[in-house]
Amino acid sequence: MSIALVDCDSFYASCERVFRPDLKNRPIVVLSNNDGCVIARSSEAKAMGVKMGVPWFKIKDRYIRKGGIVFSSNFAFYGDMSRRVMNILNSISPKTEVYSIDEAFLDFSGTEKNIGCFDFGLHLKNTVGRWTGIPVRIGIGPTKTLAKIASYQIKKRNIQSRVLVLDSQKDINEALKSTPAGEIWGVGRRLNRKLAMAGIRNALQLSYAPPQDIRKRFSVVLERTVRELNGEKCLDIEDVSPTKKQIVVSRSFAKKITNLEVLNTVVNDYVVRAAEKLRSEKQKSSRISVFIRTSPFDANEYYRAIKSYSFTYPTDDSRDFLYAVRKILPKIYKPNYKYSKAGIMLSSFSDIGYVQNSLFNESHTYKMDSKLMKVIDQLNLNQKQIYIASQNIGRFKPIQRNMISPKYTTRWSDLPLVK
Amino acid sequence: MKINYIGTVIADNLSELMLPYFQDMVHAGFPSPASDFIESPIDLNKYLIKNNAATFLVRVSGKSMIGAGINDGATLIIDRSIKPSHNSIIVAAVDGEFVCRRLKTKPKLCLIAENKGYKPIYINSQINFEVTGLVTSVINQFT
Repeated sequence: MSIALVDCDSFYASCERVFRPDLKNRPIVVLSNNDGCVIARSSEAKAMGVKMGVPWFKIKDRYIRKGGIVFSSNFAFYGDMSRRVMNILNSISPKTEVYSIDEAFLDFSGTEKNIGCFDFGLHLKNTVGRWTGIPVRIGIGPTKTLAKIASYQIKKRNIQSRVLVLDSQKDINEALKSTPAGEIWGVGRRLNRKLAMAGIRNALQLSYAPPQDIRKRFSVVLERTVRELNGEKCLDIEDVSPTKKQIVVSRSFAKKITNLEVLNTVVNDYVVRAAEKLRSEKQKSSRISVFIRTSPFDANEYYRAIKSYSFTYPTDDSRDFLYAVRKILPKIYKPNYKYSKAGIMLSSFSDIGYVQNSLFNESHTYKMDSKLMKVIDQLNLNQKQIYIASQNIGRFKPIQRNMISPKYTTRWSDLPLVK
Repeated sequence: MKINYIGTVIADNLSELMLPYFQDMVHAGFPSPASDFIESPIDLNKYLIKNNAATFLVRVSGKSMIGAGINDGATLIIDRSIKPSHNSIIVAAVDGEFVCRRLKTKPKLCLIAENKGYKPIYINSQINFEVTGLVTSVINQFT
């Protein structure tokens, strides 16, 4: 039984390179929406010491002077390249779980007997590389958690073949020993600190911990991680991607906002987008959260606030969410602050088919009227035509992407040129 | 020149396979005798693209390949999954720039244009050269 994790190397930066052969071996960074922070770095940029998440303005001058290349994020393009990579993986291994835009788990069972995991991994890596131009690394192990560790080790040891199979106990232990606890799948910063206090600093130490103890002192989730580190399969490959747990729409503003009314129109716009997405995924949500914040880099006092609203009945109607925003935004808004970012999150999802009837339906919900939203979505499919009055329509352009590359693969006007 | 009629082409949307629908059900009256014989319209995508994940479109700028029927401004369909061989028309990255040329593997590895005004590009260790993909079709638009 083997599971492979296929991981694209610095995916966004690699995408940018596919149609720019002149950028071979050059440092590349990609910035978040609004050109705020670095969200992807090529290996050359990493070698220059550019850290993940660093604000662009802090490194800009030095980075450009040293010959670095920068791009605004081009998600239409990255999404298309991701689709290509995932299609190839899917066609080669029918049991594939797309885990994120640049990662997928594959079932490699059976290949052990045939051509062998390493050779199959190498074949897969070469195929994806040749067909799409995207370099990938492939970590292979008996469990998902160990496949993740193998992938981390390829990066860490800079393994040239970009394929690593962890099968013997000796290899696994060696890999676990050189994997810090914070790099284990599912161990976040807070958990890492707690583990450190318990004297657990690397994956090998965690794997020696008795699972029952871990369950008592930490959680069932971490207990599962311990078992997986010991080669006991607890997490299966989910070929159907699990229903999303939340939808987030958040942006930094090009120009700071102080006025509540303006802030409201911007947030309403996010709500409408998120609700559209919700409906397109045939989900309903019963909780919306709104957050606003000032810039942490401002000289002024930093302010951030978040507030949620729960519906007793799951909904997918934009107007329900807008109603909630009208209720909660004025409560977290404080005047005299220059807000630089706002966002909303829809959560507590349920599939439309599974919605139970509640005894007490809110009087303001529009659930009987799902046709209207359907009509609006249809009309807006290709081009935005219908808006809700409180939406911000281009009065403020919230997104700034000054250094975006062409949409090479999704627009006729942006096709790459050949001489 | 002899031209064979192949069929009707869907022209409105290249990326979608249209399914025939049965209009006759809507109208009262005698159903069209053709409705039993409806087939899906011809799909240019299926015809031109064999490997979706590995296929990219690029635009030609210049007349280097005019002799091969590739006009300035033409759209090329390139398939990165097919290995080119001697005489293949390819797109390659040469010193950081995409070019479209005919590949010659003998007597010496080089890229030749289909236009007398262009010199062959000999591939040697001084040149940064990488094959991007094989050109499978060209779309020259006349209007």
